[in-house]
Amino acid sequence: MPVEGVAANGHLLAVSNLTKLFGSFAACNGINLQIERGEIHALLGENGAGKSTLVKMLFGVLAPTAGEILWQGQSVRIANPAAARKLGIGMVFQHFSLFEALTVAENIALSMDANISLAKVAEEASRLSHAYGLPLDPKAHVADLSVGERQRIEIVRALLQNPRLIILDEPTSVLTPQEADRLFETLYKLKAEGRSVLYISHRLEEVQRICDRATVLRHGKVTGACDPKAETPSSLARMMVGSDVAAVTAEGTNAKGQVQLEARHLTVPARTPFAVSLKNICLKVHAGEVLAIAGVAGNGQGELFDALSGEYPVADDNAVQIRQRPVGTRNINARRLMGAGFVPEERHGHAAVSALPLSDNLVLARSRSDAKAFLGGGFLKVIRRDAVTSATKRISEAMDVRKSGEDPPAGSLSGGNLQKFIVGRELDRQPSVLVVNQPTWGVDAGAASRIRQALVDLAKAGSAVLVISQDLDEIFEVATEIAVISDGRLSDPYPAQELSREKIGLLMGGMYGKTEGTEAAHAH
Amino acid sequence: MRIELEKRAKVSTLFSILSPFIAFLLTIVFGGIMFALLGKNPVMALYSFFVEPLSEVWSLHELAIKAAPLILIAVGLSVCFRSNNWNIGAEGQFIMGAIAGSILPVVFYDWQSPLVLPLMMLMGMLGGALFAAIPAFLKAHMNTNEILTSLMLVYVAQLFLDWLVRGPWRNPGGMNFPETRTFAVDAILPEMIASGRTHWGFAFAIIAAVLVWFMMRYTLKGFEISVLGQSERAGRFAGFSSRRMIWFSMLLSGAFAGLAGISEVSGAIQQLRPVISPGYGFTAIIVAFLGRLNPLGIVAAGLVLALTYLGGEAAQLSIGVSEKVTRVFQGLLLFFVLSCDTLIHYRIKLIFDRLTATTSEGSR
Repeated sequence: MPVEGVAANGHLLAVSNLTKLFGSFAACNGINLQIERGEIHALLGENGAGKSTLVKMLFGVLAPTAGEILWQGQSVRIANPAAARKLGIGMVFQHFSLFEALTVAENIALSMDANISLAKVAEEASRLSHAYGLPLDPKAHVADLSVGERQRIEIVRALLQNPRLIILDEPTSVLTPQEADRLFETLYKLKAEGRSVLYISHRLEEVQRICDRATVLRHGKVTGACDPKAETPSSLARMMVGSDVAAVTAEGTNAKGQVQLEARHLTVPARTPFAVSLKNICLKVHAGEVLAIAGVAGNGQGELFDALSGEYPVADDNAVQIRQRPVGTRNINARRLMGAGFVPEERHGHAAVSALPLSDNLVLARSRSDAKAFLGGGFLKVIRRDAVTSATKRISEAMDVRKSGEDPPAGSLSGGNLQKFIVGRELDRQPSVLVVNQPTWGVDAGAASRIRQALVDLAKAGSAVLVISQDLDEIFEVATEIAVISDGRLSDPYPAQELSREKIGLLMGGMYGKTEGTEAAHAH
Repeated sequence: MRIELEKRAKVSTLFSILSPFIAFLLTIVFGGIMFALLGKNPVMALYSFFVEPLSEVWSLHELAIKAAPLILIAVGLSVCFRSNNWNIGAEGQFIMGAIAGSILPVVFYDWQSPLVLPLMMLMGMLGGALFAAIPAFLKAHMNTNEILTSLMLVYVAQLFLDWLVRGPWRNPGGMNFPETRTFAVDAILPEMIASGRTHWGFAFAIIAAVLVWFMMRYTLKGFEISVLGQSERAGRFAGFSSRRMIWFSMLLSGAFAGLAGISEVSGAIQQLRPVISPGYGFTAIIVAFLGRLNPLGIVAAGLVLALTYLGGEAAQLSIGVSEKVTRVFQGLLLFFVLSCDTLIHYRIKLIFDRLTATTSEGSR
């Protein structure tokens, strides 16, 4: 389906001086950007750099405060997504908007004109999906589909509008490496047809591999426009972060000690219809070791964290052991008292309460384990503000937490700074066991490297560290051993040096017992 | 055109403090308009509603008597609301507390002892707490909505009281009026100050407010309440149990409402009647929010709402409007408090749809 002839001169889309203010805060500040016909253009930036705000303005979700959008050389005002689609802009959001109970075709039909029959939608969707290498069964229910397949629905839905520009927001964050490869093939096809793609990502490797040009944002401003293939990962990272990112050093962490954290045939039924059940999980983390658990989101990572942390204790006391004592039925504070520390995935509303100041968020995790230091007044349990405040200060300094004011609400910190505080809050106790779920999810590169280094250093100092992560770069940076979780089952652990990305990708897809030959066939 | 609420970048501390006062002012302005529409002189009407009741010593005592149950109930409710448990049934817990506390003076009326009064107070608290335990149990273990269950139980309590005073507990020497026998001296909560009728219920309310304030401000329990109220998941991470918090907050507010109930009956009415509350349990919800769920703010808010009760009675006498005016004022007040709070956190934005403009520009 080639794009009909348009005047070949000029940019497809040009943005000049585009600004979006939220109150007095400039999420986008005088952005200039040009997208040519038939190019894959990367939009790079840390979290909070203004990428999402920019594309929301392009797609008509947000109205710009100032500046101009030129579509094929003409100034346009995009009032809503329908207007954007009409112009020829399609978007695939990071978080899908699909009805799980409906079929693929029904979901697609919802975004189309009401007078097109369902059969026609199904036929067209099926034709498009095969033409672009995105196999989809129009009659399948969304609830039964994998995340990758769901993303295909969104892409097909966007393609049905015959767009000239497709915006993809962090499309590979939910995909296995193999699924990502297939997506890239589709993008090449779109490009060959003369369509343009605006590709938002913070994965430098991908951007270098598939994108023709890149625009880098930082703090709402354009800090660089370049050909990513001519750059190195570290030069791109520099544009994103503004300074050289310290490389994490993981050498010398191999001295194994005693088993500090162990799961023995841990089996947990699903708590809700949408949860994953854990099936016979066995793992051991020795002192001085970082065991990383890789996997695509939603394969039981959260459930495993809940069981190990004791937020949801399990029925079998022996299934979880901390420092070789059974704790399966004990709650999270009992486990903390035995020397364990925990960092959950979600910062807001789980690891921290956004509206409460940092000092209160320190009490949140340590009211029991540090009762001697933080509580006074006998049975009244009066919180000792002076002790809490000085500990908050100590942690903020140790982890270089940048904040406005002495004790601001947790919600006012950037993701990276809050995460540094949340990790620092546990490190401050020198835990002998640390369980971390997605330690640097949505965190800028500078904070991520600091956090990863802290995890490696903790293991070096003789603690057992378990890291659950979807980020393979992170896993290879910190791990001494790697296991993969898929559909609530955990693979055997492999030493980090012996495991390739392809092998992990296959394990993520649930292929454990396949021979080497099969793996090679699937690798590309 | 559509209206959007846009979150403000920064919440003004000044207006957070001023908000209840602005709400009160707006209530008076709109109340004045209402009086004008009713054909009354708004200045005179507002004077007799809000100022006259404050001009004499006896009416100040009435104010304290009316404020006591409002404050006591609202302080308990503030703990509930802060922990995200929506106990709407304080009216029922107030009545059940009054009934449980009245067992001694009504059934065992022969027993005269200084122990009677303290026991009555304890039984009143127990009665309110046990009645609140029903929605607490249903929420904690059956996952029901406590707003509905606690509210519906109010009617159960009201009808139970009605049945008691018309049936088994009716005063044998009471000419068939639906009332219990009047309480003996030992069972009457004494007056606090020589100058008037204010009884010790007012002291209970102030003590409760100060204790809860201390708990919320300084102790781990108060921290637990606000954490669980803001995020159950974060509370679980901290090792706090939201199920135990349901029990704690519901039993505490039930006990306070029960104490308010028995204090009202023992101190002000001195017998049980079919109706013992002009809706204290519901008005206390307004008091709790007007006082910003802060126990000390609740003391002030309780006095303001008590004034609307007195003002309603006064306005009925002096300018001849229905005492339902009280309800209107309470409703206005709640409306403006919540509106002010919303506008402190959000700004209103009018969005003019530019869809038509776009198409014309696009196809130019």
